[in-house]
Amino acid sequence: MALTTDDIKQIAHLARIGVDETTLEPLRADLSTVLELVEQLNAIDTNGVEPMAHPGNAELRLRPDMVSESDQRKTLQEPAPAVEQGYFLVPRVIE
Amino acid sequence: MSWETVIGLEIHAQLATRSKIFSGASTAFGAEPNTQACAVDLGLPGVLPVVNAGVVNMAVRFGLATDAHITKRSQFARKNYFYPDLPKGYQISQMALPIVGEGAVTVSLPDGTEKKINITRAHLEEDAGKSVHDLFDDCTGVDLNRAGTPLLEIVSEPDMRSAVEAVAYARQIHALVRYIDICDGNMQEGSFRCDANVSVRPSGQTELGTRAEIKNLNSFRFLERAILYEVDRQIDLLESGQSVVQETRLYDSDKDETRSMRSKEEANDYRYFPDPDLPPLVIDNAFIDSVKAEMPELPQLRRARFINDYKLSSTDASALMGDKATAEYFEAVLEGQTFPAKLAANWIIGELSGRLNKENCTIENASVQAPRLGQLLARIDDGTISGKIGKQVFDDMWGTDASADDIIEQKGLKQITDSSAIEAMIDDVIAANPSQVAEYQGGKEKLLSFFVGAVMKASKGKANPGQLNQILRDKLKNA
Repeated sequence: MALTTDDIKQIAHLARIGVDETTLEPLRADLSTVLELVEQLNAIDTNGVEPMAHPGNAELRLRPDMVSESDQRKTLQEPAPAVEQGYFLVPRVIE
Repeated sequence: MSWETVIGLEIHAQLATRSKIFSGASTAFGAEPNTQACAVDLGLPGVLPVVNAGVVNMAVRFGLATDAHITKRSQFARKNYFYPDLPKGYQISQMALPIVGEGAVTVSLPDGTEKKINITRAHLEEDAGKSVHDLFDDCTGVDLNRAGTPLLEIVSEPDMRSAVEAVAYARQIHALVRYIDICDGNMQEGSFRCDANVSVRPSGQTELGTRAEIKNLNSFRFLERAILYEVDRQIDLLESGQSVVQETRLYDSDKDETRSMRSKEEANDYRYFPDPDLPPLVIDNAFIDSVKAEMPELPQLRRARFINDYKLSSTDASALMGDKATAEYFEAVLEGQTFPAKLAANWIIGELSGRLNKENCTIENASVQAPRLGQLLARIDDGTISGKIGKQVFDDMWGTDASADDIIEQKGLKQITDSSAIEAMIDDVIAANPSQVAEYQGGKEKLLSFFVGAVMKASKGKANPGQLNQILRDKLKNA
């Protein structure tokens, strides 16, 4: 599947990744190649094969409903660029 | 032209677990910001989610309570969107294979009829954190305590045809999740949230109209008002030749209107895919049976039992069914007592509820607990006191440990059933009111209540009303 540069802009915007104009075309070409590689799978007839969401036979392991984490705010906020009154600060977003 | 309203609801019920859905951090409400957000909740590199067994149990409980299909192999998926209170950049949810499939509930409507509302699915997902916009000047503050709190999103079919039906359904689900102990139902704290998909179509048309999704409905009253507003708005648009835009709208309770949330529109490309960190969630029959075995009696079955076993009216049974604690209180009042169940129902729905409202108190914390109310009602039933005096005794019991018998004894409230005592009081009243007696005998029978009142007053409310009436009528006839 060949992507357009508009697709690349849209994908980048949804992921909030800044992509400058000169990178758009090489990115478009690379990503299109990746999709084309995966598209080879479409050649296989999967009629009668049950859809699979996960490779292998793994099943989910559950844990008991218990609180096992204590307050680690101090440690976890150390790498944050801005913190105030216990909140992480981010550029203003308004709904 | 006449229009038909079509409503479907998406309800987010916060599951009442101790820890989060994918981490061992606490879910307790109201903690200091970010003190209950661990590395998993923060989406730090290298962490892996591990599913909470309690969450699975609760989702299956809901499935069983709504007669739903339970998916034996369900799957978690990533819903990708960008927002600061979603640190991973995706919310773990369920898409193609939700844990609970199609189910239904039968809703009792205010007009006494019933309606079956189908439920499309109920899936598990994690809540996002909270963004605070008004605390800092140029920044938004992010509190991730809520991030990772387990939610069950309950999606109905577009089966409701009015705001009244939508509210009845939402109330029913609200009562149900509390009954089966999977959600505390606290709407102020956001434990139970409602989004409404609303559309209108010309009556008789089968095709659905374009819908708007209304968010921010944190009370049943707002749900009703937002739908009423939105239906009017859509009909106005269509009747003036315009069209309804499919969009997300926010209900503003101050202005009582809905308005467009344009910022939500571009984000609606969620690029769902199965979460590679989480293999399928496998549920076997043995697990379902074990959940079934620990399920409490469901409200609809309990309601039917109340009507059959206790001979209650449908209205009384519904009123007692409002929450589980009330239904349990009712049965506890009857425990070991012989008075009619109707007497207990009347008192709980009337006197007790009124008192709880006034004191802003829950039935679990009621000052007069079930056994004490039972003793009081027994004294009314055996004629020791009248219902009216009973209310006085109830008021005296509230806030103290005194039994009904103690108060009746101390205050000398025992009903006067000695007919000679009642006769003496009647004689006094008759003697003191000769002109009224003459009028009564002349045919003005309405005056009977005047005499009843006067004698009651003389007895300080303690005369047995049945005896009083009987003796009074005889005496007036022959006075």
